[in-house]
Amino acid sequence: MIMGEQKPLEVILGMLTPYDKIVLAGCHGCVTVCRAGGAKEVEILASSLRLARESEGRPLEIKEVTLERQCDPEYLEAMRPYLEDYQAILSIACGAGIQFVAEKYPSTIVLPGLDTTFIGVTEKQGLWAERCQACGNCVLHLTGGICPVARCSKSLFNGPCGGTTTDGRCEVNKEIPCGWMMIIDRLRSLNQLENYRKNLPMKSWKTSRDGGPRRIVREDLME
Amino acid sequence: MKTASRLERVFEEGHFAVTTECGPPRGANPEVIRKKGELLRGFVDAVNVTDNQTSVVRMASIASCVMLKEMGLEPIVQMVTRDRNRISLQSDILGAAGLGLNAILCLSGDHQTFGDDPDAKNVFDIDSIQLIELIRMMRDEGKFPSGKEIDGPPKLFIGAACNPFAEPFEIRPIRLAKKVDAGVEFIQTQCIYNLERFETFMDAVRKLGLHEQIKIMAGVTPLKSAGMAKFMKKNVAGMDIPDEVIKRMADTPKEEQAAKGIEICVESIRRLRQVEGIAGVHVMAIEWEKKVPEIVEKAGLLPRPEVSV
Repeated sequence: MIMGEQKPLEVILGMLTPYDKIVLAGCHGCVTVCRAGGAKEVEILASSLRLARESEGRPLEIKEVTLERQCDPEYLEAMRPYLEDYQAILSIACGAGIQFVAEKYPSTIVLPGLDTTFIGVTEKQGLWAERCQACGNCVLHLTGGICPVARCSKSLFNGPCGGTTTDGRCEVNKEIPCGWMMIIDRLRSLNQLENYRKNLPMKSWKTSRDGGPRRIVREDLME
Repeated sequence: MKTASRLERVFEEGHFAVTTECGPPRGANPEVIRKKGELLRGFVDAVNVTDNQTSVVRMASIASCVMLKEMGLEPIVQMVTRDRNRISLQSDILGAAGLGLNAILCLSGDHQTFGDDPDAKNVFDIDSIQLIELIRMMRDEGKFPSGKEIDGPPKLFIGAACNPFAEPFEIRPIRLAKKVDAGVEFIQTQCIYNLERFETFMDAVRKLGLHEQIKIMAGVTPLKSAGMAKFMKKNVAGMDIPDEVIKRMADTPKEEQAAKGIEICVESIRRLRQVEGIAGVHVMAIEWEKKVPEIVEKAGLLPRPEVSV
């Protein structure tokens, strides 16, 4: 899922300085799962913002709303009725959701309450970690199901570099396991070390962000 | 001989080669590099010039190499893939060769978070093995990766690094074989302090027959003090300094530790020279270049051979 982290309260308050009536919009998608931008976070953030603004003597009126998904046009309609009465929308969806709200309502000011961080997994409660950089042209079948692009700090295709520590961590940060050490271990346990023996060629990054903003066109699904 | 590299010629004639390393200045003053070059002249066959090592900005490796070349030394350009995409790499490869440089060392480079610009975007468009392959293709096939012909292929002797001491150990000889497949011709290893483990590594290398396909140079770094040894052991990933080496340093009075470090280094070189498959030694005296002549002399590696290229 797409992971996000709420911006610090003082940063959000800074963005809201010019306004006294806003819509605070959460999303029931990914950011609900990673506990950053769902209905519950909308409620908590709204209370914190109201309290902070009251103590400044400049109360903030907040319309709380959580959409099914902010990245889908049909669900965005749910916000339309409020827009006339409010000056801005503070969205705590991911960057895609925030932008889609702005696209849908071109004359409304849309503010980001959340920083989108990565595509990742819930390793355990309260711990999320990156797994995919959405670079296209997946090689996971060659690397034991562990991604060299997302899991190696240098995105090496023929690692590991010389910076693996004795306990198998990345020299960049001891919290990061060496991606290539994991790939090697897994290939060995799958009896697939011969995959490692072949050099992987230079990757085409055209399928990544480097080819410009990406689209998927499925004519069979278009009406 | 594929290139005009003095190092390649030294190997070709069967000599035990000696290289060293020179860090460029953190500024635009060319005198710094010339002074280092002056210290090294005549004591080594070639001099690596680092490429923003530890991600700290320094004068460009290619520029510093040209300064050394003008002094009559034989420089080896180090090139990391951290800061350049394949367009920039190809262009610098052509530039280095065009300026008369003859050898290149292909590296991925230290991660930028270690340096002065941790906020920098890294590149890593390709890795060090792919860089070897890229240069080999440009030189031997006379082609860019695009397939287009090169008007004047870059005649560079191709080197790379190898760390026999980093985890996972058993994969290190295989990773070296990957570099050989890519087209590497010489290797300079990470600094060796644990000779037993290095010999185990070389056993595996010989089993793969790699020592017969490429020239492997053993890397050594003289320890300046017991403190430096402890620091490196603790803070540098893939740096294996046995406790007995640290003890030898620590048991020496402080003012004699530098001399002890040199003694250990010289001993190591003499022992490494006996290891089957070792074709030379790479002396990395980090910001201590002035000690290189002494080390090379004490190790019995003088005079350096006169070769014509």
